[in-house]
Amino acid sequence: MEIPKSFLGYKRENGRAGTRNHVIILPVDDISNACAEAVANNIKGTIALPHSYGRLQFGADLELHFRTMIGTGCNPNVAAVIVIGIEPKWTKKIVDGIAKTGKPVEGFHIERTGDIGTTMNASKKAQEFVMWASEKQREECPMSDLWISVKCGESDTTSGLAANPTVGNLMDKLEPMGVHLCFGETSELTGAEQVCATRGATQEASDKFLKTWNDYNDFILKEATDDLSESQPTAGNIAGGLTTIEEKAFGNFQKIGNCKFIDVLEPAEEPAKGKGLYFMDTSSAAAECVTLQAAAGFNIHLFPTGQGNIVGNPIEPVVKLTANPLTVKGMGEHIDCDVSKILSREMNLSEAGDELIKTTLRVANGRLTCAEALGHKEFVMTKLYRSA
Amino acid sequence: MATDIIIHDKKDNVGVVVIEKITPKQDCACWIMEDDSSANIQSLDEIPLGHKIAMVDLNEGDTILKYGHDIGKVVKSIKKGEHVHVHNVKTKKW
Repeated sequence: MEIPKSFLGYKRENGRAGTRNHVIILPVDDISNACAEAVANNIKGTIALPHSYGRLQFGADLELHFRTMIGTGCNPNVAAVIVIGIEPKWTKKIVDGIAKTGKPVEGFHIERTGDIGTTMNASKKAQEFVMWASEKQREECPMSDLWISVKCGESDTTSGLAANPTVGNLMDKLEPMGVHLCFGETSELTGAEQVCATRGATQEASDKFLKTWNDYNDFILKEATDDLSESQPTAGNIAGGLTTIEEKAFGNFQKIGNCKFIDVLEPAEEPAKGKGLYFMDTSSAAAECVTLQAAAGFNIHLFPTGQGNIVGNPIEPVVKLTANPLTVKGMGEHIDCDVSKILSREMNLSEAGDELIKTTLRVANGRLTCAEALGHKEFVMTKLYRSA
Repeated sequence: MATDIIIHDKKDNVGVVVIEKITPKQDCACWIMEDDSSANIQSLDEIPLGHKIAMVDLNEGDTILKYGHDIGKVVKSIKKGEHVHVHNVKTKKW
């Protein structure tokens, strides 16, 4: 198949392009969720991103909170942002971070005004933003404007046999076109970590990966109360035939094809070394991982599943694929791309990769994903440790 | 010919069932992805889609190879054709 050279996206002020055109209402902290949701309820076409944190965090955990908030606002799938926090200082810090992209952003704080006054003020601005954004048109953008993140979930052996290698095939075909790519899931590379380390494009990248993996593994060994067999593999993984974390890891690892990663990113860190594949240090929990990748600027997500994970994200469309025919049959409304014919050998991997490229481009051009149509908007902040 | 079992790498000592299930005494057709070769095996157990079958006899302490790599250790001996899963294989990690 000849791979298209472009897609239709929304060009942003900072030169990036979005696959979506959201106006978001971003609460800085948990207690501002109610106000943010009230604004989103008032002004049609906006979405609130409620979450559980943002108070009394400190150190690296607070830095991650700000990086995730600011990164979410900066994502090119977002046209404009209303930020609402309880206090002015942290609200302003997030507004200033997002404003660097040049997109419309305005902050409101609730103290001294209350929820009702703040809701009114923020709603007026949100209306202005959403009506402005509604006039934006999709334009032709080069493929290199696609930033594709990947993460698998509710995996089974069909993931490692077919769905994950299909993503790897897409990566092998799109990497030469200058796209940014990102995989994560530090804990789910356990057992394949030495093999994964050999896929660093430089010794520095390989060393950085192994240090990241060792730090995560030390943390798991310190906190684990047993052999982690209740969590890794999950009950769903085991039902699907996966026996050990090592087996899961080698299946997981098929997603990067033959690509080499050029750098290792902190959670929610924006890539800074140009086009190519990055590894991000993330949890393997689906919503946490996708939220971090979206905050790093990725604008479309590919999610292979075996038993049928149903996750979505409010700003980054999540494209699901599966090779498990029982999952297609039982919960087809969650599957954007069916590659189950690989198992019956009616389809080869390259044909499956082409199908996934076609699906990815349709979604990039505006087709709703199953998760979007079904209302999945899981926005889950990663928290590194308890608050002060 | 229809494929019942797929094996990733010719070094592997397990294969994955890719039809809805295989039944005891079923003669199964295997496809080895790495070199596009074929093999046959008779199953001893009922094994559902996505679950693994032993391609050789395995003793306690043996290493399970899949993708050509170590994915865990045998904790209860397994006969060629039997179901391989959490009841007879454990992780070497954690």
